[in-house]
Amino acid sequence: MTDAAAPALRRRPWLRTARAAPATAAPVSRDRLSRRASLLLVSPALLLLGWAFFLPVAALLFRSVSEPTWTLAHYARLIDEPLYLRIILRTLWISAGVTVLALVLGYPIALWIARARAGVAAFVTLCVLIPLWTSVLVRSYGWILLLQRNGIVNSWLKEWGFIDRSLALLYSETTVLVAMSHVLLPFMILPLVSSLKNISPDLGKAALNLGASPWRGFVHVTLPLSLPGIFAGCLMVFVLSLGFYITPALLGGPRTLMIATLISQQATEMLNWPFAGAISFVLLALSLAITFAFRKLLGVERAAAHA
Amino acid sequence: MPSLRIRAGDLPLRLFGLAVLAFLLLPTLIMVPVSFDSVHFIRFPPRDFSLRWYREYLADPEWMAATVFSLQIAALTMLAATVLGTMTAVALERGRLPGREAIRALLLAPLLVPHVVVAIAVYLQFTPIGLTGTTTGFVLIHTALAIPYVVLVVSASLARLDPTLDRAAMNLGASPTRAFFAVTLPLIRPGIFAAAVFAFLSSFDETVVAFFISGDRHKTLTRKMFEDIDMNLSPIIAAASTVIVVVTIALMWLGRSAAAQVSK
Repeated sequence: MTDAAAPALRRRPWLRTARAAPATAAPVSRDRLSRRASLLLVSPALLLLGWAFFLPVAALLFRSVSEPTWTLAHYARLIDEPLYLRIILRTLWISAGVTVLALVLGYPIALWIARARAGVAAFVTLCVLIPLWTSVLVRSYGWILLLQRNGIVNSWLKEWGFIDRSLALLYSETTVLVAMSHVLLPFMILPLVSSLKNISPDLGKAALNLGASPWRGFVHVTLPLSLPGIFAGCLMVFVLSLGFYITPALLGGPRTLMIATLISQQATEMLNWPFAGAISFVLLALSLAITFAFRKLLGVERAAAHA
Repeated sequence: MPSLRIRAGDLPLRLFGLAVLAFLLLPTLIMVPVSFDSVHFIRFPPRDFSLRWYREYLADPEWMAATVFSLQIAALTMLAATVLGTMTAVALERGRLPGREAIRALLLAPLLVPHVVVAIAVYLQFTPIGLTGTTTGFVLIHTALAIPYVVLVVSASLARLDPTLDRAAMNLGASPTRAFFAVTLPLIRPGIFAAAVFAFLSSFDETVVAFFISGDRHKTLTRKMFEDIDMNLSPIIAAASTVIVVVTIALMWLGRSAAAQVSK
């Protein structure tokens, strides 16, 4: 094996078997399933997904242009009425805020996990995994327990004499923003950890030995090398925020309507399915466009890191 | 020797880290102490210990019906998604499949679509044929949503497996089917177990689709919780949440240990 191939193998050990396979003389037809068997094996899952997932989503999107007749009126309404445009912009704005907040809160934790002794790192990782595993509904309820009018935070503030009357902490944009970054924080931390762990600690030490301050070493060495993790984490948190339903529905009020809550309101309260379909299309298009645009960027970033 | 370990000098960084950990854990676990208090308003720290809310949870027919319904669809979803997902992963990793990457992308698509879009789309599809609020309807859509997780986990454990083992079995005269069941399957069993746990939990925790397609008589635990949070905020919700948290963490721990066993 050539030296050049070694780093790629270290990252993707399965390449080893993939590359070694053609060298062994075993006839391919014997260790690969036949085409018919393969198709038989995937077809039940594909049929189920086709019927229970792709067909309904396609039908919903189709209704947005075909009802009552062929029309783009539902999309025009989305742009013409300032209320809806405002909701789309608010969703983008809240998602950006959630992403920034999660990055600021998550980066130090990721750095801690990547650099701490094994025992400490395992403990901190567990503190990140427990919220990740706990249902979003339960965690949103946790925020309600803390912040409701006679909730825990208000009763503490009263007991300590900071306030006389309970504060209205729920149903504001700030609350939604903070609670969403809490819910999505693990999705930021985990990609950051894996990218920080890939950076050799020797690089940082070299910077220190060459006389850089720890801060300068961080800014010029660690931070740029962790950019792929930052991109991956931000992409994940931003895209998940765009379509987030439960937390804004429970903790937000009418003034914090986001795209997902608007879709549900149009569908279940207004029974305006074509319009709900149009908003769904916008949400889907935004999520997919951002995912693929940034995946491309990520690919470029990785290629640059290898060069 | 300069070190990159976090040292005592980084006290502000440490305090910041501890504060973020508190931020992560407090809203996640606050319902646990609250659920053991005896009063029916919320206070923290609790001033006594009682199982009152657990007794009321267990005695309430609506909460029990929702819990049983959720467990039932999660178990069926786990079975269906694990079988279909494993079959798919085997074909993707070991088969000769035209358009393999396109098929893989289609199978993973549910991970990219916001659940609220799936929820109202499925509601529209299921209502005219009477599938909303039925076990069948829930299992169909929850299985579709769980298949991507199973495919990802089982594919990963198949990819780590040495394909020569299979070939050795076949050289010794085993048919491909027999080689799969006698050699491959036992080796990826921990991966399949982990995938089954994830599939179970993905259904048990699922809230958005369940919110839209639950019926009046058949609703999931998550839908029941959602309604009660909006309406009456009784501490029974804290007891139910604690049950969910404990079940989830225990199962995830099992699933993770199994997954870690594969990667060794």
